[in-house]
Amino acid sequence: MRKIAGLLTFNMCISLFAQTESDALFMAKRNLCGGFVYGNTSWNHYWEGTFYRDNANIGSFKSNAVMAMANYGIGNGLNIIASSAWIDNRVTAGTLIGQKGIQDLNLFLKKELWAKDIKGFNSSLVAVGGVSAPLTNYVADYLPISIGMRSKTVSMRLLGDVQKGHWYGTASAMYTRRNNVTIDRNAYYTTEMIYSNQVVMPDVFSYNIRLGWRDGADKYFELLADRMNTLGGFDMRKNDMPFLSNNMEAFRVGFNVKYPVPVLRGLSLMATGMQTLSGRNMGKATTLMAGVVYQADFTKGDKK
Amino acid sequence: MASCNKEITQRNMQFGALNPDKIDTSAGKWEPVLLSSATEFACDLPIAVTSPDYKLQLLEIKSRQAHMTDADEAALKYWSAGTVLRWNEILRELVAKYNLPPYQNPDGTYPIPSSANPLAYPYFPFANPPYAARAYAYVSAAQYDALVTAYHYKGSYRRLRPSAVDNTIKELVPVVKDFAYPSEEAVVAGATFGMMSLLFPGEQDYLQEKLNECIDMRILAGANVRSEVEAGVKLGKAVAAKFVGRARTDRAEKAVGTPADWTKLESDAIARGETPWISQESPKRPPMLPLFGRTIGFLMDTTEVINNRPPAPPSTGSAEFAKELDEVLWYSQNASREHMRIVHFWGDGAGTYTPPGHWNAIACEDFANLRFSEVRWARNLALLNMAMFDAAICCWDAKYAYFNPRPSQVNNKIKTLTGLPNFPAYTSGHSTFSGAAATILGHIFPGRAADYMSMADEASKSRLYGAIHYRSDIETGMNMGKMVGTKAVNRAKTDGAD
Repeated sequence: MRKIAGLLTFNMCISLFAQTESDALFMAKRNLCGGFVYGNTSWNHYWEGTFYRDNANIGSFKSNAVMAMANYGIGNGLNIIASSAWIDNRVTAGTLIGQKGIQDLNLFLKKELWAKDIKGFNSSLVAVGGVSAPLTNYVADYLPISIGMRSKTVSMRLLGDVQKGHWYGTASAMYTRRNNVTIDRNAYYTTEMIYSNQVVMPDVFSYNIRLGWRDGADKYFELLADRMNTLGGFDMRKNDMPFLSNNMEAFRVGFNVKYPVPVLRGLSLMATGMQTLSGRNMGKATTLMAGVVYQADFTKGDKK
Repeated sequence: MASCNKEITQRNMQFGALNPDKIDTSAGKWEPVLLSSATEFACDLPIAVTSPDYKLQLLEIKSRQAHMTDADEAALKYWSAGTVLRWNEILRELVAKYNLPPYQNPDGTYPIPSSANPLAYPYFPFANPPYAARAYAYVSAAQYDALVTAYHYKGSYRRLRPSAVDNTIKELVPVVKDFAYPSEEAVVAGATFGMMSLLFPGEQDYLQEKLNECIDMRILAGANVRSEVEAGVKLGKAVAAKFVGRARTDRAEKAVGTPADWTKLESDAIARGETPWISQESPKRPPMLPLFGRTIGFLMDTTEVINNRPPAPPSTGSAEFAKELDEVLWYSQNASREHMRIVHFWGDGAGTYTPPGHWNAIACEDFANLRFSEVRWARNLALLNMAMFDAAICCWDAKYAYFNPRPSQVNNKIKTLTGLPNFPAYTSGHSTFSGAAATILGHIFPGRAADYMSMADEASKSRLYGAIHYRSDIETGMNMGKMVGTKAVNRAKTDGAD
């Protein structure tokens, strides 16, 4: 029957709140930062395996998302971060219906392992442990339109950061273990028939590098590059639909900026832009995001 | 929260070893599908059990068993679940592998797969639902006729199985207390190989590998000596050759039609005052197998197909049509999560084993608990698959007799919950396949008749929920499927196996 292909934006929250779970900045103890981000991702070309193509039965893939995030300082150098997103995915051509809804809950615990000033270079090592799980019973097996993959995940990121004056560089690598996903079908074909409603999801390795200028935690501009790839998985066949356990890769570049709103103390604006340059079984996506975060200091009322 | 082991348990790997509760020794007298009789093809006399060659073949079993590897053990367990079953699974897998529509040419036309050049893109075949329905039917029917023949010769040569000739031979799987020449498992392998080589010509090396493993496991199991499996493969291939000859002349090869045929379908619909079907794919793809309705099935001839054609669907200009269209729009705009589950569970679209494959999977998972003999397995799957093949023919006959548009063609507000098939709406293929399958399966296994019918009903409704079919498509399709299924039931009542 008709073959419509394309591919999903990988777990959106991973990139959308990259500033928090993949940077070296911490909320101070008993400080809470919370905010909303609006994001838009679109593509009209994708890689079917390694074959770069468009698809007139998809037209453009468009994803709109509103994400909520909170970051709380449990202690100095110890933060807990939570995020989730409401996502609306659709395609502009063909007949396939769009999907929307609340996706996954992502929780991260971020800990500074080591920090030292070495001849004017402020250096630190940070570890970030994460878990994620779907919050609703959304449909996963409907790529590229499904709003997520439903996989419960556990991740670990190690991050190194060096700052000299206002200039800094950050590098990190993350391993994400993905649990099997249950789908509505009870048999499916990958490179062989599988008679089960369970899909084995390959784990994911990703790394990212960023260079920028910052003044405190509220004012920065950075350029970044990241690469993710699944550790295994299979290629879409010619004119096939994408599938959850495809071999997915993406290399992206972009920027992040955060700037405090002058008059309104505690309020900051954020913006992000990302462009996929190369990939496999994924869309060549352009992502733009804008958001607002508010920081509250709960130590203020404390007696000195 | 993340458990460490990702391994999944597949249902078809849980089947125990086939251990029939009835040997069906009279199966040599059952009515074949295509052969004139069980003796149409000869089977050479077996060598004497006292001959040096036979004794050498017994030694081969012992030597094979003495060098058993872990891989052998896994293969032994796999094939012990049943030969008809495993070859049916191999067929389903190849259908899923080949069920992808060709990618367009630079000029916006589509290449047509060629059986003469199956390894060059577009790969041959495009195993779409009609192609698949026909493939399942030919393979199952060839297996059945080959087994009827084998049972005839088993009964006439009365060759004892190896362990009954030499009690030092160990049997590693349950072996039917029946005669061993020719090996029925090898007959199935030979018949399937012969038939599938025509249907999937680019997979002959893979099929040969499977055939070798299948017969090797009979020797390793101590169930057959080499001359028994060799005679079986030969006999199976001879029977398959007759089915191949039929398949080459059943008109399916011409089902793609020509650009002139495609244009005429459209102008005929316009001349009738109807909105014709138009491909919603981009670039526009020619309709799928418009002449498949003229293919010669196993249960009905072309005249019967035409005589049983359902009345026309509501005219595209009628109030009834508008009402049905509104209902589809409602399902499109009010898709519940449960409806989405049903649509996806029964979707069986591109890249899958198709709806007939789904019904084969359902049947096999039930049959695996019913302790059928191999010949009864083959007979039951042949009935199921002949019913679905003829259902496909009747359904495609109606689709191209009326050439009516899909709901989303007429109202572009209708978005679909699954891929939109590239052929006219009336009648629903899913409904026709499912009505036929549930009817014959209910006869084979009356204890589950009501379950099969409710599954068919869900499969049928899934196409309305998915917003790709009108209610009249699914209701008429279901009735047409039941009509064809009843023809299979009538055959079942008189084929000698009931």
